[in-house]
Amino acid sequence: MRELVIVSGKGGTGKTSLTAAFASLAKNSVLCDADVDAADLHLLMAPQVVQRADFMGGSKALINPDLCTGCGTCRTLCRFDAISERFAVDPIRCEGCGVCVDFCPAAAIDFPVQRCGEWFVSATRFGPMVHARLGIAEENSGKLVSLVRRQARQLAEEQGHDLLITDGPPGIGCPVIAAIGGATALAVVVEPTVSGRHDLERVLDLAAHFRVPAMVCVNKYDLNLDMTEAIEAMATRRNAALLGRVPFDPVFTRAMVAGTTLFEFGETTPAHRCVRDIWDTLAASPAMNALGIVDLKAVPHLNKA
Amino acid sequence: MIISIASGKGGTGKTTVTTNLAAALNGRAELLDCDVEEPNAHLFLHPVIAREETVAIPVPLVDESRCTLCKKCAAICRFNALAVVGRQVLVFPELCHGCGGCLLICPEDAITETGREVGAIRLGRSGAVGFIDGRLRVGEAMSPPLIKRVRAAADPERITLIDAPPGTSCPVIAAMHGADFVVLVTEPTPFGLHDLKLAVEAVRLLGIPAGLVVNRADLGDDAVFRYAESEDLPLLLAIPFDRHIAEAYSRGQLIVDALPDWRQRFVELYQQIDTIVCRNTTTCANSSSSAAKAAPARPA
Repeated sequence: MRELVIVSGKGGTGKTSLTAAFASLAKNSVLCDADVDAADLHLLMAPQVVQRADFMGGSKALINPDLCTGCGTCRTLCRFDAISERFAVDPIRCEGCGVCVDFCPAAAIDFPVQRCGEWFVSATRFGPMVHARLGIAEENSGKLVSLVRRQARQLAEEQGHDLLITDGPPGIGCPVIAAIGGATALAVVVEPTVSGRHDLERVLDLAAHFRVPAMVCVNKYDLNLDMTEAIEAMATRRNAALLGRVPFDPVFTRAMVAGTTLFEFGETTPAHRCVRDIWDTLAASPAMNALGIVDLKAVPHLNKA
Repeated sequence: MIISIASGKGGTGKTTVTTNLAAALNGRAELLDCDVEEPNAHLFLHPVIAREETVAIPVPLVDESRCTLCKKCAAICRFNALAVVGRQVLVFPELCHGCGGCLLICPEDAITETGREVGAIRLGRSGAVGFIDGRLRVGEAMSPPLIKRVRAAADPERITLIDAPPGTSCPVIAAMHGADFVVLVTEPTPFGLHDLKLAVEAVRLLGIPAGLVVNRADLGDDAVFRYAESEDLPLLLAIPFDRHIAEAYSRGQLIVDALPDWRQRFVELYQQIDTIVCRNTTTCANSSSSAAKAAPARPA
């Protein structure tokens, strides 16, 4: 089982549109939306939910006013300024450390576990999909990302799918770290702008830090050809393989408005050829085919296992 | 006045709006780049950095000569950052949230604190515009402590413009909490609309008034505009897709410099925000007349 994670550093470079296009080209894959904070892949996949579950994250302090003596210990000890002068806990500031709970002399503070979101296993026209929705203003997005990836991996193994395609979150922090650890390879989607170049450097540093091979494709490359070339040179210097270029094309937006992937939308533009070539390059890349095994299914003993 | 510029979806134009608004307001404004995972504002404002500070959060340091292996520290830690294995206390600094619980519970006073570097903040100026940004250390997961430090360094005398990270979880909340107004930047596409709805939920949860800037306003459909109307979300500015703007952006150029007509539109964006905030509050620090005075064109 191999896992390709699509990331970008900078948001809005086209991760989800490309993930959806790849899903329509891949054979026998499982889809995973690891952008649990602002998940969008379901808008193109129209998933039919077959299983849903609550995601229980950390706990938050809750002061019982009937027991509180107003001694102020909790306010003194809380390092997150989460307790007001009237001894009410601000659930947004509460870090869930439980220090106030343990040190309250009147034992007046409860610590209920929070429901931080929910996750789903769904059926789509391209195969099974595991996705989630983190509650607004919640923490623990990294834990939820790990959870959906683990579920997707398990499902792929149980049902004999040999590829997992994961749509990653933007940035380089907690959810991204949770999304790339242990992945087979990353496809990094970058746009040819000063921000795109800056953010790509940081995401490539992160990939190197966690020892996951990264490959780069430049989306909307024709908006700045010089920058595209500079980005490709930088990626090459950092040992990231180049996957190709996609031109700026409003067909991506039109397909999104229609709720379809690029290849289902009834138009053919030069972008189609580019995305197909990128997928072929990805599928045949050394990073995705360790030991030179292109078709895992064709390896007899792996097939039996 | 604190204005956070947020979006839900990434890549909609938060940094574009924040940097251009800062340039249009000139010396009255200070920009805080709180997208510490991928800070980009400096690429457009080219600030002169006066000072850089490393930001660390406190993590435990166990004095093994005093430790009796009672395991109380490991038991109190909700983040599994301490474990007693054999005759040793193992500390996992990357899991520590710096709450200090272990320090308080240790009966032998065997725990002191040391720092784990989460990143750095930089302070400087771009012309007359104040500038602060935070850069998360690559490999570090926790951004909120760094975002809070960037915000703590803000000059309260100026209009604070916060470039927030994308999403709706804790880092975004850290960048919006306590703001007087949130500008939500989106694009009129199904993804933009879906994530805008999440962002609106977040600002409503925080009880902050919000308004909308639609970027690439002519690429997509009209669902975002209909949603804004039904939710009473004022449309403050629509920026069309313009290849000149996209190309200027790609080179790190501000719209107000590439297309000078836009300077006045960003000043007006601020005036609309100021009017809304003044309507909602009795005390009003920045009247729109003083903002208008603050907006002469920057010297080239």
